Amino acid sequence: MSGPHAHTDPVAAGHHGAGHHGDGHGHGTRRGYLIGFLLSVVLTAVPFALVMTGILSAPVTAVAIILLAFVQILVHTVFFLHVNPKAEGGWTLLALVFTGVIVTLVIAGSLWIMFHLNSNMMPMQPGSMPGM
Amino acid sequence: MLSDSLLKTIFGRLSFESFPIHEPILLVTFIGVMVGGVGVVALITKFRLWGWLWRDWFTSVDHKKIGIMYMILGFIMLLRGFADALMMRTQQAIAFGGNPGYLPPHHYDQVFTAHGTIMIFFVAIPFVVGLINYVMPLQIGARDVAFPYLNNLSFWLTVAGAALVMVSLFVGEFSRAGWLNYVPVSNLQNSPDTGPDYYLWALQIAGVGTTLSAINMVTTIIKMRAPGMTMMKMPIFTWTALCSNVLAVAIFPILTAAFAMLMLDRYVGTDFFTNDLGGNAMMYWNLVWIWGHPEVYVLVLPTFGIFSEITSTFSGKRLFGYSSMVYATVVITILAFLVWLHHFFTMGSGASVNSFFGIATMVISIPTGAKIFNWLFTMYRGQIRFELPMMWVVAFLITFTVGGMTGVLLAVPPADFVLHNSLFLVAHFHNVIIGGVLFGLFAGVQYWFPKAFGFRLDPFWGKVNFWGWVIGYWVAWTPIYIVGLMGTTRRMNHFDDPTLQPWFVIAAIGAAIIAVGIAAFLIQIAVSIKNRDKLRVDGDPWDGRTLEWATTSPPPAYNFAFTPVVHELDAWYDMKDKKAQAPKDGFRAIHMPRNTGVGVIVSALALVLGFAMVWYIWWLAAISFAGLIAVSIGHTFNYDRDYYIPAEDVTRTERGLPAAAGA
Repeated sequence: MSGPHAHTDPVAAGHHGAGHHGDGHGHGTRRGYLIGFLLSVVLTAVPFALVMTGILSAPVTAVAIILLAFVQILVHTVFFLHVNPKAEGGWTLLALVFTGVIVTLVIAGSLWIMFHLNSNMMPMQPGSMPGM
Repeated sequence: MLSDSLLKTIFGRLSFESFPIHEPILLVTFIGVMVGGVGVVALITKFRLWGWLWRDWFTSVDHKKIGIMYMILGFIMLLRGFADALMMRTQQAIAFGGNPGYLPPHHYDQVFTAHGTIMIFFVAIPFVVGLINYVMPLQIGARDVAFPYLNNLSFWLTVAGAALVMVSLFVGEFSRAGWLNYVPVSNLQNSPDTGPDYYLWALQIAGVGTTLSAINMVTTIIKMRAPGMTMMKMPIFTWTALCSNVLAVAIFPILTAAFAMLMLDRYVGTDFFTNDLGGNAMMYWNLVWIWGHPEVYVLVLPTFGIFSEITSTFSGKRLFGYSSMVYATVVITILAFLVWLHHFFTMGSGASVNSFFGIATMVISIPTGAKIFNWLFTMYRGQIRFELPMMWVVAFLITFTVGGMTGVLLAVPPADFVLHNSLFLVAHFHNVIIGGVLFGLFAGVQYWFPKAFGFRLDPFWGKVNFWGWVIGYWVAWTPIYIVGLMGTTRRMNHFDDPTLQPWFVIAAIGAAIIAVGIAAFLIQIAVSIKNRDKLRVDGDPWDGRTLEWATTSPPPAYNFAFTPVVHELDAWYDMKDKKAQAPKDGFRAIHMPRNTGVGVIVSALALVLGFAMVWYIWWLAAISFAGLIAVSIGHTFNYDRDYYIPAEDVTRTERGLPAAAGA
């Protein structure tokens, strides 16, 4: 990348003296990676077990899997992508939150709009239009 | 004789019929472009400028040169887009009753599609990106942007997209489906020709460029500000550039995904947006407008920044309500994602959905209104100098406020049901985009041109340019508002009602007045270059307030010999106030990124790939795609990416002496 050179120069001159390492990335620790690994193994094993054993009813299993998947995403973001309030002076967390807000708005808004659009369509007999 | 199938393998669906030699308008244009193009090439060759162009410009990673190239691209495409506008205005002025006009519907539809596509994607975006590129790193006291090579690549990808649109003028057809290439018109069964494919490939290629550029600018602003420049001491133009580029990073992937799905529909027969088999054409509208509405703010926020800088400088005052301006900008950035449905109120989502988006749209006018008052209060009791940039600000305030009010009117869903797809709507968005975006960009050009080239632009021709645009705008668009309010629909190439004709004749006259304005700009540039010695300026011709005025005009390649330290909001004004002196010695060698031709090569391959895909020339597409990947990977092994400007050269430059040979 041509980035690091051009990037470190003014930064180095400005904030950190010389050197290429003072850029505030979150660096993981061995302990952090281990915790993250164990958590993600558990979070993967539990849904598998739920499906294989079938101890819960199908809809409850589905909801449980979705919830566990969401927790899994958080575990990856925190332990593997090192998103925390301190990384890059908080910019990483801010960017993630912003992305979350935008993605939620876009998906929820689209579903809401398309759902209303569909229910406002003229009622049609099933099979009166192929493929509807 | 070659067999048909062999010809098809070699040329795809390209054949002699693809060249529109039977259409006189296109033929004459083609001959004109060829004669002009050959002339330019001959001149460059005669004066032996190819090497200079390649070394100093095309391969440059200097943000200033890339910024200037973006502006040139934007202006060339403005001429093309404006030529389309003149054709439409002429057609609509004459095509009444028994007169079919001179443009058949088939051609007219391509003209209005190309006009919209070009004006947004290849005029407004390059102008905005170009100004941000040039000014923002100087304002924050940086050497260059965060990723200089990426910046060069972004520019050339945008050029490749523009070139593909231009190619469609003479080889095959362009889309007839409107500026966002709407389905179902652009579905394969309704447009089996090359039109939508040209559109999709051109915008996908340019879109990659825009996204990369936005990532680059956000990184630059966050990571490379001069020491002391906290977020709330950042110049307002940089703030608006940040918000604009954050928006661009968030929305362009949505557009890319929507276009990719339409491409799949057209190339491999999926059914995302078809009318049957579970496809939903309305989903395409939904997705493109999730991009489309924030895109308005991507364009207009930076011009709000330009107006803020100019108002403050030419009123000789600090900007009124700096922090309210920042918060308004951030609020607009978020609210921009809550209004997209107002582009299709009539689609049928019902009262609850329409009310939500209608109210959100009205809410967004509040921070915008706050900005208008901030500019007015900045001017209040200021020592206003009515030079050209300030004249544009006043023209903007008047014009844009009218456009904003018609926008709030259209935000009322019942009113929109009457005015949807009418010329009233068309007049509204031309009102805000010409009055808001273009006027701002012209103001920025007049304001920062002396910084970029070391001499002022000629004020007389600048005034002709100004009045041509402002008077032309009002003469051209007021009648369109009126006929639109009476119910005239958009995208028509013929009208039955002869009583409408006078309005369209007036609108055509307005377009002609704008043409005078555009011509005056070209003359202004030529006259200013001719008289450059008389118009020569120092680093700070306007008594500026922000850091870009702290360096020489034009700035040296490295921008600032020493990274400036910022204590106040108006950093340069603060330095002048404290009588700070620029150091004259003790310079050190400066670390700089090296030029590279890879951006040009990758973009050329992308252009070939796009052309090959449009014409189904699969072998060429495969080769260019493989080449594109190979060159990109190859470039990662290039470690010769930087060099040092020796301290002696910096010293010579800073003392106003010519640089040593070969520097």
